[in-house]
Amino acid sequence: MEIKSSGWVKRVAALVVKDIKSELRTRYALNSLFMFALVTLVVVSFTLGPMGAEPRVHAVLLWIALFFSSMAGISRGIVQEVEKGTADALRLTVPAELVYVGKLIFNTCLLLIVNLLILLFYYFFMSPTGNGVGGVILVVMLGTISLSGASTLLSAMVARASLKGALLPVLAFPILLPALLSAVEVTQLAFKGRLLLDWGGDLQMLVFYPLILITASYLLFPLVWED
Amino acid sequence: MLVKYFLGLWMVLVIFAAFLYAPAAMGLGDYSRIIYFHVPMAWVGGVAYLVSMVYAIKYLQSENLHYDRLAVFNAEIGTLFTILATITGAIFARVTWGDYWNWDPRQTSIFILLLIYGAFFVLRSSLDSDGDRRARFSAVYLLFAFIAVPFLVFILPRVYASLHPEPIINVEGQLQMNTQMLIVLLASLAGFSGLYAWINQLYRRIVRLEDKGGEFDL
Repeated sequence: MEIKSSGWVKRVAALVVKDIKSELRTRYALNSLFMFALVTLVVVSFTLGPMGAEPRVHAVLLWIALFFSSMAGISRGIVQEVEKGTADALRLTVPAELVYVGKLIFNTCLLLIVNLLILLFYYFFMSPTGNGVGGVILVVMLGTISLSGASTLLSAMVARASLKGALLPVLAFPILLPALLSAVEVTQLAFKGRLLLDWGGDLQMLVFYPLILITASYLLFPLVWED
Repeated sequence: MLVKYFLGLWMVLVIFAAFLYAPAAMGLGDYSRIIYFHVPMAWVGGVAYLVSMVYAIKYLQSENLHYDRLAVFNAEIGTLFTILATITGAIFARVTWGDYWNWDPRQTSIFILLLIYGAFFVLRSSLDSDGDRRARFSAVYLLFAFIAVPFLVFILPRVYASLHPEPIINVEGQLQMNTQMLIVLLASLAGFSGLYAWINQLYRRIVRLEDKGGEFDL
């Protein structure tokens, strides 16, 4: 199908608005994402107790919470669509590439909001020391883009499989590992407040890896979406 | 027919050479002999992944399920060789660095290869085999997961300090190995590659015979 250059922006915007509206109606993904993260943070904070932790440990714990909550939340959206049958209607009316862009934007916005909230609660429960808050926020945002870049394509596959939600972290983890390793490294630096001084390959990885993921997903999505 | 006898003889020679002809390395001593087996196995594990990907692409182009079978088979072989490479690597790690596993960047990358293979098989087992969905999704996953591989195999070990002996072809692009060791290593690489090609050929023969109506237990 041809995609007229003038029409696609409006159509993608319409898709994103539709997803936002349907999410706001039930708030299912937001709630489950957030509750999952909250439980993780509470367990960690409770067991760690009054002992502080080094920046490296904070980076690891934060990303564990972010990774698993994101996985839990993203698969909900598209699985629900397939189950309710609205996915078929989409398939008939909109070219696959536009569906992908719309889903990507929606997932990214959703994850950005929730992950920043999780970060806020992380500071509340764990009180990591150090003055690099701005850097940490930046790293969380960049990492979130990688998370949604990988998960959007994979969740389309998972939606048709029988294990559904449990499958997504299994499929996503090997692909996201380079990004996660870099994210933990850079977050650790950011907690120490040294982000701008010491950044290097890791930050570049966090910027460019999602671009590669998104490009590949854009090319592969039609194969997974259309029957 | 003749090729397999030649291959068998070659491998026997390689094994003898690994223990008798190649000198013990400086520092590592006789433990270094494991590289004549460990490196080719890791190599075959990686090549098998590439071959699976090629078959996956061919499947996506032609929608012929024959290619899907070959892709899965090569993924199985790749998994086997990668497991062997991981085990031999862990043995080496235990005797030289003290622990079976330290998350050295190269260990991490081979572990991720195993995870990719594992995820691939989990994905396949969670999809029905009727229709072409399973084949299509498997192919897409192989291609998508490949993005992580160059980062993990080439970039990561060079960025982070590694316990691994320096990559044989190092940053300046020059070989630094003793010639005798190099000969045995290359011979072993050739032998293992030959083994892999032979296994593939056997499987294709089985597939051809099965399609004609026979039944085989693999």
